[in-house]
Amino acid sequence: MNLKLKDIVPQLITVIAVVLIFGFFTYNAQINMENRGIDFGYGFLSQESSFDVQFSLIEYDGSHSYFRAYLVGLLNTILVSVIGIIIATILGVIVGVARLSPNYLINKFAAFYVEFFRNIPLLLQIFFWYFAALRALPLPQDAEAIFGVFFLTIKGLYVPAFIWQNFSIFFYTLVAAVIAIIVIRIHAKKVQENQGKQIPVFFISLGLIFIFPLLSFLIGGVKLSFEVPVLKQLATTSFIYEGGVSLPPELIALTLSLSLYTATFIAECVRAGIQGVGKGQKEAAASIGLTPNQVLKLVIMPQALRIIIPPTTNQYLNLTKNSSLAAAIAYPDLVLVFAGTALMQTGKAIEIVSITMFTYLTLSISISILMNWYNKKIAIQEK
Amino acid sequence: MSKINFLKPDRSNLNTFLYLGSFLFLISFLDVFFNSFFDLNLTGFLPNFLSFVLPLILGFIGLYFIRIEYSGIKRLDLLNKHINTNNFNAVLSLLIIFIIIKSIPPILSWFVVDASFAGDSKDVCTGTGACWTYIKVWMRRFMYGMYPNAEQWRINLSFIALVLLGSLGYFATDKFKKYLTLYYVVIYPFIAFLFIFFFISGGPVFFDFSYGIIAAILSIIIGFFIPGRFKFYYFLIVPLALYIVLKYFLFFEEYIELGKLDGLNWVETGAWGGLSLTFIISFFCLIFCFPIGMAFALGRRSGFPLIRYISVGFIEFWRGVPLITVLFMSAVMFPMFLPEDFFIDKLVRAIIAISLFEAAYVAEVIRGGLQALPRGQYEAAKSLGMGYWKMHIFVILPQALKLVIPGIANTFLALVKDTPLIFVVGLLEIVGMLNLAKTNPEWLGFAMEGYVFAAIIFWIICYAMSKYSYNLEQKYKTDR
Repeated sequence: MNLKLKDIVPQLITVIAVVLIFGFFTYNAQINMENRGIDFGYGFLSQESSFDVQFSLIEYDGSHSYFRAYLVGLLNTILVSVIGIIIATILGVIVGVARLSPNYLINKFAAFYVEFFRNIPLLLQIFFWYFAALRALPLPQDAEAIFGVFFLTIKGLYVPAFIWQNFSIFFYTLVAAVIAIIVIRIHAKKVQENQGKQIPVFFISLGLIFIFPLLSFLIGGVKLSFEVPVLKQLATTSFIYEGGVSLPPELIALTLSLSLYTATFIAECVRAGIQGVGKGQKEAAASIGLTPNQVLKLVIMPQALRIIIPPTTNQYLNLTKNSSLAAAIAYPDLVLVFAGTALMQTGKAIEIVSITMFTYLTLSISISILMNWYNKKIAIQEK
Repeated sequence: MSKINFLKPDRSNLNTFLYLGSFLFLISFLDVFFNSFFDLNLTGFLPNFLSFVLPLILGFIGLYFIRIEYSGIKRLDLLNKHINTNNFNAVLSLLIIFIIIKSIPPILSWFVVDASFAGDSKDVCTGTGACWTYIKVWMRRFMYGMYPNAEQWRINLSFIALVLLGSLGYFATDKFKKYLTLYYVVIYPFIAFLFIFFFISGGPVFFDFSYGIIAAILSIIIGFFIPGRFKFYYFLIVPLALYIVLKYFLFFEEYIELGKLDGLNWVETGAWGGLSLTFIISFFCLIFCFPIGMAFALGRRSGFPLIRYISVGFIEFWRGVPLITVLFMSAVMFPMFLPEDFFIDKLVRAIIAISLFEAAYVAEVIRGGLQALPRGQYEAAKSLGMGYWKMHIFVILPQALKLVIPGIANTFLALVKDTPLIFVVGLLEIVGMLNLAKTNPEWLGFAMEGYVFAAIIFWIICYAMSKYSYNLEQKYKTDR
């Protein structure tokens, strides 16, 4: 009896304390809302929002609902995060490997990059790119074309748009190519295990992934044309590009700073991972006759990835959360559109802030669950 | 002299290759150098593209020639080993050398040569370089925000005093060394608080805050005399009770009013700003997030399931949301949760929000250290008859904290780098002040200078912190 009491009492007291605190908060919230005549509820989500968003991936204007505005913000957040993660990963891996280069200059250059961008607040970097660097770009009428089709101006980056005919056929051939590659990989692995023969999987895959879509162009009737942005005069001094896809400067500044900043952390993860694989592993692999490429692919990378992936996941999560700094430069992400404009209009502070936080929570927890699953899959199976 | 094979440099024709290679490399180097520093295009007679890649090709051939293994010349071998290992590395080295040479003149001219330093108005900034006059004129605002000019000595005095008091630990003799932890954890924050309360604020802003701090410190001091098995209940109840007693029964405000220094005006927190605000916020968040984080790290490792779940929920919640939404919450949602007559200053709200947020990260870092300790440490402590608190205070935490110094330092660095986000609640530290100054019609168009200035300051602070943490790590590294 005594022992049980000792276990129960502290937990009970803690729970009561937590419940009391939350009760205190809800009680106050209720009284405050009554006094101010605000009613609690999520019904506003279906009301007409009557504000405009300057950049959205789905069709949206003031006549749509608040829920639609929420979706616009969410998609913009996801867009920035995905682009940022891709660029940051590529850059981070390159810099991380360069940090280990025997070449003194490359090594120091990479170290300089990491130390430089890591020690400056992200918000400051975003402001720098948006208010200082990108403002120095030329006006649309003065912009020079890059490769004849890209236009980098103060109003954003204009790139040609793809115009597809029979896109679905192209897509299916691509899927078919991927399936074929997977089948060949499995087959090659079997052949190697049974007969010791090695099939040049890489070149076959490379061929397949080019030949299949090429066939779809030649036979399947798929056509691709580009719509190049063209300069158009609106008034005597006001020009604009028409056609193509335009990326607003907010998006460019945000992805640039997010990926440059996060890449430094990913680079350190990659470096730690590769350094974490023992020297003996490399030597042992070389001594059984593996080529340097095979050593990297079959021995170093699988072990290094185990060390690299968990912290890198954290960095992906950080990048996603940091993308909320978009609000500072008026890129219409979730925080700006929903927790900013929508909150100002409706005054539903509790509902909107809780929805926003819950969304971020869901995003981070789903990424971390996914990565945990992957992590478990590649972890060492100890007996 | 043996036959020369230009495709395969070797030792037998060492001098030939060495002179030829160095000559070619020198030519390419000089070409880029003159091009960049004196604007002379030595290869201007060639077609555009060729004149662009020529130094690269010449330099590459030069480096190829001097790549001789075991040449016997020490410097050459070192050079080959470090920047000239193979063709790929040679090209990269050349590119980096050329980029550095190319980028020095524009950077130098922007920063120093063409920059304007003199004067105190925009008119002097006519050159192509940076306008440091802008920084000079706005310096006080960047450092102190909207704090009245005449009162800024108060901030200076407080900071100087705090730095001096903080450095006491270096001069402590062995006799006083054992009190250092107590000094830094309890006394020093209290002194810092008093300075900020009486000097920088000089008014009734921080009242609620002061009750909290006094309650916390009193409860820690009393906590030393509470027997181990009651400590948990004690720390759960007493700080809150003390807080309530202080606030509602002791009429503490009157004493503070009495003790207020004469002649000092009250400066509201809305006027605080600039770099000094960055320091104040970082300092308090650092002090608060550490014990909270430690408590939740222990809670997450606790044997009581309910306490564990609550800790996990707390940690995962704060780690899952961005700081900007937390600050949004503290700005628009938090006042709804408090009684109507209960007003908390926005600086205090921001500090609470950032502290809770960073505490979750600190908790995860400390948990890593706790998990890294071998079981034997726990078992040995228990077998000596230590209770939960004694075991953790004297055996587990000292070792665990030693292990996680780098992680803690990273979290603190993140905290310092996160302070600019307080623009959400309407406080302007240095980055916020920059954005304000940038929109001043008298000083339009100097955004670049401002951001570069702030970047340099933050870089120095963060780099120094990371180096210091590295030193700490080396100092406390013990073989286990």
